[in-house]
Amino acid sequence: MAKVFLYPTTSLILSDLVARFGHKPLSAALQVRERIQTAGLESPPLQITPEEPKKGLRWAAVEVPSGVRGRMSLYGPMIDEAEAAIIINNADYSFGCMGCARTNELIKYLVRKKDIPVLDLEYPRNEEEGVEFVAAIKRFLDTLEGGSP
Amino acid sequence: MSRVRIAQLSCGPEYSGVQKEIDEAAAAVDAEIFFPDLKLADIRHSFDEFGLDVRSPDLKLAIARAKALVEGRVEADAVFIATCFRCAEAAIVRNELRRYIHENSRLPVVSYSFTERTTAGTLLTRMEALTTIARRRALLAREVQQGLTMGVDSGSSTTKAVVMRDNEIIGTGWLPTTAVLQSADDAVAQALSAAGVTREDLEAIGTTGYGRFLVGDHLKADLVQEELTVNSKGAVFLADTQRGPSTVIDIGGMDNKAISVQDGIPGTFTMGGICAGASGRFLEMTSKRLGVDITELGPLAMKGLSQKVPMNSYCIVFGTQSLVNALAAGSSPEDVAAAACHSVAEQVFEQQLQEVDIKDPVIMVGGTSLIQGLVRAMEDLLQTEIVVPHHSQYIGAVGSALLASGFIKGE
Repeated sequence: MAKVFLYPTTSLILSDLVARFGHKPLSAALQVRERIQTAGLESPPLQITPEEPKKGLRWAAVEVPSGVRGRMSLYGPMIDEAEAAIIINNADYSFGCMGCARTNELIKYLVRKKDIPVLDLEYPRNEEEGVEFVAAIKRFLDTLEGGSP
Repeated sequence: MSRVRIAQLSCGPEYSGVQKEIDEAAAAVDAEIFFPDLKLADIRHSFDEFGLDVRSPDLKLAIARAKALVEGRVEADAVFIATCFRCAEAAIVRNELRRYIHENSRLPVVSYSFTERTTAGTLLTRMEALTTIARRRALLAREVQQGLTMGVDSGSSTTKAVVMRDNEIIGTGWLPTTAVLQSADDAVAQALSAAGVTREDLEAIGTTGYGRFLVGDHLKADLVQEELTVNSKGAVFLADTQRGPSTVIDIGGMDNKAISVQDGIPGTFTMGGICAGASGRFLEMTSKRLGVDITELGPLAMKGLSQKVPMNSYCIVFGTQSLVNALAAGSSPEDVAAAACHSVAEQVFEQQLQEVDIKDPVIMVGGTSLIQGLVRAMEDLLQTEIVVPHHSQYIGAVGSALLASGFIKGE
């Protein structure tokens, strides 16, 4: 069973797919609600204190905005732990969304820089692409150690 | 009005750990922060329509929320825009949203760029100004001072008191702030003595400035109000520009205010100062180093040429160092004084005036407006003539005395 980092980390669908095919998803697993009532699109955990941006200094320097560092304090440890990763580009908000473009750039870079298997996919725009999308994820997960045959 | 509802448009405060601070600052002035409720479909639609192609989804959400407020799909009394300090993309959105809301609605709006060190205390005056504009529009519309009232401005550097009767200033008091209450008592005594009246004669008292709560309590003031709205009111009253647009610039001892005013009521404003190098405090230090009184610094600077001295006092320590180096290299005190004025004006121009829409007349107020060299430097940068009204150093006290007359019994 491999630990698989997911981008967007808030995607429940991705998280579910990874778990179904026998691996451990590393994701924030927070639901993006149909109606947005909280501060940001990801409905973040609000136990974050000013200490988190300081912890984020491990992944981003002090001149990087505090919001990026605060986010990295959550996602940075997941990337460190990851043995594989799936990145979905240009995903729809309802699929899973990360609020800050600068953090997203950094996350994707750190994942790609790490020496682990990475699946880079475009978000599907129709049913046919959707079927191929799920199949590609399954094929990738099967190649990982401990994946379902 | 019951609780003031402030709509928050933001990116990053929750991840910076400062959302609690924002909520606390709002609660301290009996206001509540809320996030305009939208559908995901609204975000796509509003964002495309607005036309600013940003990448961050939370900024897209902020844009969609701003549109919902302007179009009246969500009701609010005021708007607070907050994004991370140092994020260029967010800075563009922050500025454009503030302008968009200001131009297309009557909602008071303030913007702020935070770090993880931002505290509720830092945000308090801004939140208070937002709620004052929302709650006291009728009071802020007052254009004439009536009866016998007094205003006290307990500032970080100086304490000022003004006594007014029937729209005229009849007594003033001014002294450096040391012990807050003692300074206030002394300034009040000076003003009362100059006016030839006693405390008992006064029909209403108003306080403003950093020490407003403490002094207000001490003097049993009828009105205790932050300096953003009070100074705007005082400025347009003294400059006799109560109707129409104007811009108020107040370079203070501890922070600077730039306020875009419409009919005497602030629309957008910025308050801050990254460093003491961009404040009146730096000019005070310059005059000490040059061995002249602060009142002589202005005339001295008028005789000098700022271009002759390299100086950028982004930080008060390095600014002073440039000043010492320039004098040691043989620069004249006149040129150094002019360079110090230019440096302060340039920083206020670069850091704050970009965030408000400058509309004529531009009114400079506060003690620093008496330093002619600073006013000239600002005129050069803005390419416009600046109005410095009479009694401009008493601006907060005048605004307080004017607004306090709304509290005279029977009013």
